[in-house]
Amino acid sequence: MKPRLNSAALRAGHRAGTQPATADAAWLLVFGAWLVATASSLGALFLSEVMEVTPCVLCWYQRAFMFPLVFVLAAGLFPQDRRVVRYALPLAVAGWLLALFHLLLTRGVIPETLTPCTQGVPCSRIEVEWFGFVTIPLLSLLSFTAIGLALALAHLKTRP
Amino acid sequence: MKKNTIFVIALVLLALLFIAGAQLYRGQQARQAAAAAAKNKESLVRLHSPTLGRADAPVHIVEFFDPACETCAAFYPLVKQMMAAHQDAIRLTVRYAPFHQGSQEVVQVLEASRKQGRYWQAFEALVASQPAWVQHHQARVEMVWPSLARAGLDTERLKSDMQSADIARAIAQDVADAATLNVKKTPEFFVNGRPLPSFGFEQLRTLVEEELAAAGKAKAG
Repeated sequence: MKPRLNSAALRAGHRAGTQPATADAAWLLVFGAWLVATASSLGALFLSEVMEVTPCVLCWYQRAFMFPLVFVLAAGLFPQDRRVVRYALPLAVAGWLLALFHLLLTRGVIPETLTPCTQGVPCSRIEVEWFGFVTIPLLSLLSFTAIGLALALAHLKTRP
Repeated sequence: MKKNTIFVIALVLLALLFIAGAQLYRGQQARQAAAAAAKNKESLVRLHSPTLGRADAPVHIVEFFDPACETCAAFYPLVKQMMAAHQDAIRLTVRYAPFHQGSQEVVQVLEASRKQGRYWQAFEALVASQPAWVQHHQARVEMVWPSLARAGLDTERLKSDMQSADIARAIAQDVADAATLNVKKTPEFFVNGRPLPSFGFEQLRTLVEEELAAAGKAKAG
């Protein structure tokens, strides 16, 4: 059994254009990114559906980039496809920029008048604050950062 | 471990975490609401609150109501049916939680109808004609007059009576009590002081039947 498994792993490695060990590391990185995206999406749904915190406009834009990552990254795991980074990274970068903008808005660095949120829940209002500094936009920024870094590393590992 | 096993385990764990968290949070919220209602009994009904039914009815439903709320309008016929099915056993008190934009003015009109002795006629007319005066979730007080006139109310008198300071005070009290009782959505029901464990007409019916059964038992005993 053993030699056959090894050769299968080798072939998988060759398909990805790299050694099996680095292919495994790349898989784990993409898996980690998927884990963060899924936990963040469920967390966002928990806030809006269970705790009934109404998402503001900027939150919705960030959701628009976080939710698809769950499915795009999962599709890149089975079978392992190193090109998933090409499709997922633009989503992560766009979400990251929005999260940064949102965080600066809640910190008062960017004035509210420059934002598109005039109706409904103002984006500068802080709805949830844990330990005095952990807010929803901060969590969003951290998630997009982790996803972006994991994907960038996975790309470096599997570069032919 | 195989990759797909890891993936499936992670997925199941996250889903379980979400479901357990939701259960825990909702249970905690329901307990807090029940505790707040028990602690603030005097906030539940005020002397000025409009009430329908016999004063000695064993089951007392208090509804926090917004005339512009669609779900409130949808619930009203069901509550009425339930009251008709248990004549003399259910009393209904209306409290105001005017959460929609413009709702406050409509509540003022509704309160002013009491000076003409036609409160429930005005109440039913407003609920029935709601689509005509609520547009894009905004209450438009200037559009309520035709349906109130059809219900036999003197609309000119309503327009002057609705500005009274007594009415403003009563509404302010209701809004303050809604905040005390943690009412954030309408309609919110309290049956003999107990809040709904979760929102829904079946939950309201169950709570009412429980209280009716308890009252029946107390009577027999």
